[in-house]
Amino acid sequence: MRDVHCVLHAPQGDTYADLLFTMIARSAKRPPVTYTTFQARDLGGDTAELVRKTLQDTVQRFKPRALLVGEACTAELIQDQPGAMAEGMGFDIPVVPLELPAFTRKENWGASETFFSLVRALLRGHKPAERPAMTGRRPRANLLGPTMLGFRCRDDVTEVTRLLASVGVDVNVVAPAGAAPEDLLRLPEADFNVCLYPEVAYSTCAWLERMFQQPTVKTVPIGVGASRDFLLEVGQVAGIDPAPAIAAAQTRLPWYSRSVDSTYLTGKRVFIFGDATHVIAAARVATEELGFEVVGLGSYSREFARELRAAAEGYGVEALITDDYLQVEARVLELAPELVLGTQMERHIAKRAGIPCAVISAPVHVQDFPARYAPQMGFEGANVIFDTWVHPLMMGLEEHLITMFREDIEFNDEAAPSHLGPAARQGGAQTRAEPAADDDAEGAGADDAIIWDSDAEKELRKIPFFVRGKARRNTERFARERGVATITVETLYDAKAHFGR
Amino acid sequence: MTDVSLQGAAQAGHPAAAASACNVDLPVTRERGQRQVFCGLAGIVWLHRKMQDAFFLVVGSRTCAHLLQSAAGVMVFAEPRFATAILQDRDLAGLADCNEELDRVVTELLARRPDIGTLFLVASCPSEVIKLDLDTAAERLAASQQGRVQILAYSGSGLDTTFTQGEDTCLTALVPRMPELPAAERSLLVLGTLPDIVEDQFARLFAEIGIAPVHFLPPRKAAELPPVGPGTLLLAAQPFVGETAAALAKRGATLIEAPYPFGIEGSRAWFAAAAAAWGLPAERVEAAIAAPVARAERGLANYREQLAGKRISFLPDSQLEIPLGRFLSRECGMQLTEVGVPYLDRRMMAAELELLPAGLRLTEGQDLERQLDRLRQDRPDLTVCGLGLANPLEAEGLTTKWSIELVFSPVHGFDQAADLAELFARPLNRRQRLAF
Ligand code: SF4
Repeated sequence: MRDVHCVLHAPQGDTYADLLFTMIARSAKRPPVTYTTFQARDLGGDTAELVRKTLQDTVQRFKPRALLVGEACTAELIQDQPGAMAEGMGFDIPVVPLELPAFTRKENWGASETFFSLVRALLRGHKPAERPAMTGRRPRANLLGPTMLGFRCRDDVTEVTRLLASVGVDVNVVAPAGAAPEDLLRLPEADFNVCLYPEVAYSTCAWLERMFQQPTVKTVPIGVGASRDFLLEVGQVAGIDPAPAIAAAQTRLPWYSRSVDSTYLTGKRVFIFGDATHVIAAARVATEELGFEVVGLGSYSREFARELRAAAEGYGVEALITDDYLQVEARVLELAPELVLGTQMERHIAKRAGIPCAVISAPVHVQDFPARYAPQMGFEGANVIFDTWVHPLMMGLEEHLITMFREDIEFNDEAAPSHLGPAARQGGAQTRAEPAADDDAEGAGADDAIIWDSDAEKELRKIPFFVRGKARRNTERFARERGVATITVETLYDAKAHFGR
Repeated sequence: MTDVSLQGAAQAGHPAAAASACNVDLPVTRERGQRQVFCGLAGIVWLHRKMQDAFFLVVGSRTCAHLLQSAAGVMVFAEPRFATAILQDRDLAGLADCNEELDRVVTELLARRPDIGTLFLVASCPSEVIKLDLDTAAERLAASQQGRVQILAYSGSGLDTTFTQGEDTCLTALVPRMPELPAAERSLLVLGTLPDIVEDQFARLFAEIGIAPVHFLPPRKAAELPPVGPGTLLLAAQPFVGETAAALAKRGATLIEAPYPFGIEGSRAWFAAAAAAWGLPAERVEAAIAAPVARAERGLANYREQLAGKRISFLPDSQLEIPLGRFLSRECGMQLTEVGVPYLDRRMMAAELELLPAGLRLTEGQDLERQLDRLRQDRPDLTVCGLGLANPLEAEGLTTKWSIELVFSPVHGFDQAADLAELFARPLNRRQRLAF
């Protein structure tokens, strides 16, 4: 958010949180957070004084227009109550103390609660706005829920803005991502709210509905069907006929899915795990739009357990609600699906198990912030989903080839899709860790005259597999050029020094 | 904390610390305020790669679990041998419950992973604040495992440890378990994690020089700890292992004072100091290192051209700032604009301080915003900093080198001298190549 600054009472290691923004989302600015970074020596003395000084310095330096004050789990234990302290310091900006019991609740809940506290603090006491009737003007909507670290939020906001424009609706405020306190003050000017990510925005939407009579659009437009439903719901709330817009929508997913080369996708067994919003949406896309079979689903979003259970029941499976990745791993191994749709955590699990995987939900990774436009929502989002989910799977034709040439080395049934490279072969990590013949084939045999002595060979093995091939080739070239018949450890390093220049 | 005291306690009881060797002329500015640095838990990322039979169980909060994941995500992609036991509300209510819960988690873990030979229970800020005694827990659990698994405790909490200091606390915990070196024997003990490939190079050079046996701490298997005793000569390969050095000194080891083996000068002095302490003539060293030195000279020449005259600032982060600054200024011709260290351990840095240029701006501790103000004023050609700051500084037009790579890449010794220089040349090189 803009013009909002957060002071966090936390030990020094907790500053790693900045890294989520600067390295994972590649933010060009530091997040507006100042940490007290107290240490053991402070605990004996006056941590409260440290908090006071940090608050003072922060307000002076950054001049925010609203101040959030929170404490990390460790600080919670020492009970300095920085929120109350900040409120008592007479700042002339809104001060919002955050009560986030870090030992019982998690990130999404924290984001939801923070957003809600801020909106409430800023809008409390505001009269329900007199909104002019919607007739004769374009309706306005708030897009609530996108965050900087949310899964593809950046592009979803653009896509949903387009989707709304296609039925003649303007966007009033997008929040929390990128919003300033002034923007939040304008929230009541919208005719309705779009709850894009219920994990973050549900409580805020419910409160706004009560306070300002703003209806909430609840359909999350992920997939072709849900995007159409979304427009229908918007139409209802805004009194617009969305039919022409739906008819004009451009999306390739339905045709690609019907195309005969997609036949092999039929009944692919898929396991889905992530936040509730993305899991429920993904299950619908997987079954209705790609013809997969959902063999299991689950989520770490305990707050939405009821919705998840209901969805799971529809697919005849039981929802796994847990934040223990070992349980998820056990379930994946037990079900042995052909595709895993999950978070980065499930990607690791799937990799270990040698199962293809696509990422559909936060927690995010630097790869989840692609340079290209890659939304999940709306009609373009559906195109993106088709590509991302189908890509990791063995292509249909390739599958046939493998059956035909089962006995050949290139096409044994251990082989992974060729376009994923040698590292993706079945068994993933384990296979790779062994001194596999991944790079050696090209070097061996090519040089009849040059011999590696056993120490040099061992030394070569210590070089990471992905550069080992190059090291071998370079060393042999170096040896050949100098007429060295036996490569020793010395030769290896001489060559390294030579080519390193 | 190591940085509580500059002179007194830190040097007391250390046989080899020669107070007179300190570069007393070098003024140090001490700062306090917001820090931007990992806590000691980050050390788990390279320690678990080094000790292949060890598992690290952090007893902490979600924040700790998150830190480990993000630190590890940036650094490695392997099957993790680390995890976090997350303290829950009910654990906080009573220590008895908490211990019970810990026992359950550990027993399950050990049953599931029979490959674990050594388990480290790692304390965090929350476990320390609630005064959960992990040393006692480790003893209790080891007894219940009937010696099948070695169980140790140490602290990686942000209250006590800054980034690489987590290795120091971990290794300190290993010292009491090390076997006794038989009285009449002597050995060289190299202290501080080195990548295997560097360790092997060093072992070969020591053998050629004529020093044997040579042991390394940490070892590749935590179950195979090297011996220590009055016959031990201790040679630190990393500057952040001061507490471990002190603990080893208590068991009779003698610390060899030397610069750290970065660059040709540092590596040569390091081997020379070891040989001198072992009673071997300097010629032996020169003969053994001649070829690697020549290679390193050739490798460095190119980068020296790219780096010479460039201005560099180090933000306090890994504790490697002083030896690396020394290497870059003396061997690569760079100008040190500011060198910041999280804490200054004069005992471990004595030989390095000697080699720093006079008039250097050396700061200890951190007050982040003020430090950034200075940095913006200095506008050095290259800034060495943690990952949280690198991108925002790049966006301000400053070229950066992120420091974590310096901790886990092979950068020690002769055959890596050019690689080390290259790490600093690369961001400059990249800046030059890109059209925007
Ligand atoms: S600073 Fe403390 S609470 Fe934060 S990650 Fe490190 S050990 Fe955990």
